[in-house]
Amino acid sequence: MALQAIAFYLMSAVTLVAGFCVVSARNPVHSVLWLILAFFSAAGLFVLLGAEFLAMLLVVVYVGAVAVLFLFVVMMLDVDFTALRQGFARYMPLGLVIGAFLAAEMILVSTAVATRGAAKDNDTPMASGAGVDISNVEAIGRVLYTDYIYFFQAAGLVLLVAMIGAIVLTLRHKPGVKRQIIMDQVLRTPATGMTIVNPKPGEGIGE
Amino acid sequence: MMVIGLAHYLAVAAILFTIGVFGIFVNRKNIIVILMSVELMLLAVNINLVAFSVYLGNVTGQIFAMFVLTVAAAEAAVGLAILVTFFRNRGDIAVDDAAMMKG
Repeated sequence: MALQAIAFYLMSAVTLVAGFCVVSARNPVHSVLWLILAFFSAAGLFVLLGAEFLAMLLVVVYVGAVAVLFLFVVMMLDVDFTALRQGFARYMPLGLVIGAFLAAEMILVSTAVATRGAAKDNDTPMASGAGVDISNVEAIGRVLYTDYIYFFQAAGLVLLVAMIGAIVLTLRHKPGVKRQIIMDQVLRTPATGMTIVNPKPGEGIGE
Repeated sequence: MMVIGLAHYLAVAAILFTIGVFGIFVNRKNIIVILMSVELMLLAVNINLVAFSVYLGNVTGQIFAMFVLTVAAAEAAVGLAILVTFFRNRGDIAVDDAAMMKG
C-alpha cells in the first residue's frame, strides 16, 4: 500500500508540475515537451488505477500522434514567440485568483462526492467492473462492442470528418507546378495532338 | 494519507483542470499554448472519468474517456490545420487580430 501511495504522489506531482510548465514555458517547443511528460505521467496514474487500456491509448494517441502533431506545427511556423507572451504578467494575478477559487471549489466538491457519494465505501480499484474476474481490455471490449457500438461507429465518423477537414484546410495547389491531368490526356485526339508542317529545305521547323 | 482513494485522483484532476484554465488566461495571444491548455483540461476530465469508473466498478466511464480522447484528437487536428491556414494567410498567429478575418 505504501508503494502505491509513493507511486501516486510521484506521478501526480510530475503531472501537475509538467502541466504548469506547459502553460508557463517561454518556448512553445518546451511546452510541447512538457505536455508529453504530463501525458506520460497521467498514463502512469491510469496504470495505477488499473485502467491499462486507457493508459496505453493515452501513450499511443496523445504522445505518439497529438503531441508530435503539435511539435510539427510549432516548429513549422516561423513566429516570433516572445511577442506572443505580452500580457503574461498582466493577466497573471487575475488568472491566479480565479484559478485558486476554481481549484478550491472543485476540490471541495470532489472531496464531498468522494466521501459521501456512491463510491464512498469502495477503497479498492475495480478497473474491470465490480465482481468480475476478467482483464481490463476484455471488460472494455465487452461493453464497447455491445452497448456502445453506435457511439463507437460515430467516433470513427468524427475522426474521418476531422481527417478530411484537416486535409482540405491545409491542401494548397502551388502555381507553376506541372501536374498530370488525366482528362486532357484522354480527350486528346490526332487532330489536337498532331500538326502537319511542310518544312522548306534549309530551314528548321519553328515552334 | 497512505490509502489512495477516489478523492486523491479527483483532487489531481481538479488542479490539472485549473492549470488548463490558468493557461488560457495568461497566454491569451498564443493560440498554440491555448490549444495545449485545452488538451490539459481534457486530460483532467479523462482522469475524473477513469477514477469514477474504477472506484464505482463500472466500465462505462472508461468508454466515455475513450470518446473524449477521440474528440480531443479530432479537435487538435482541425485546430492545428486552421492555425496553419491562418498563418499562411497572415504570416502571423496573433489571435487578437483574428477579428480582421472577414468574409
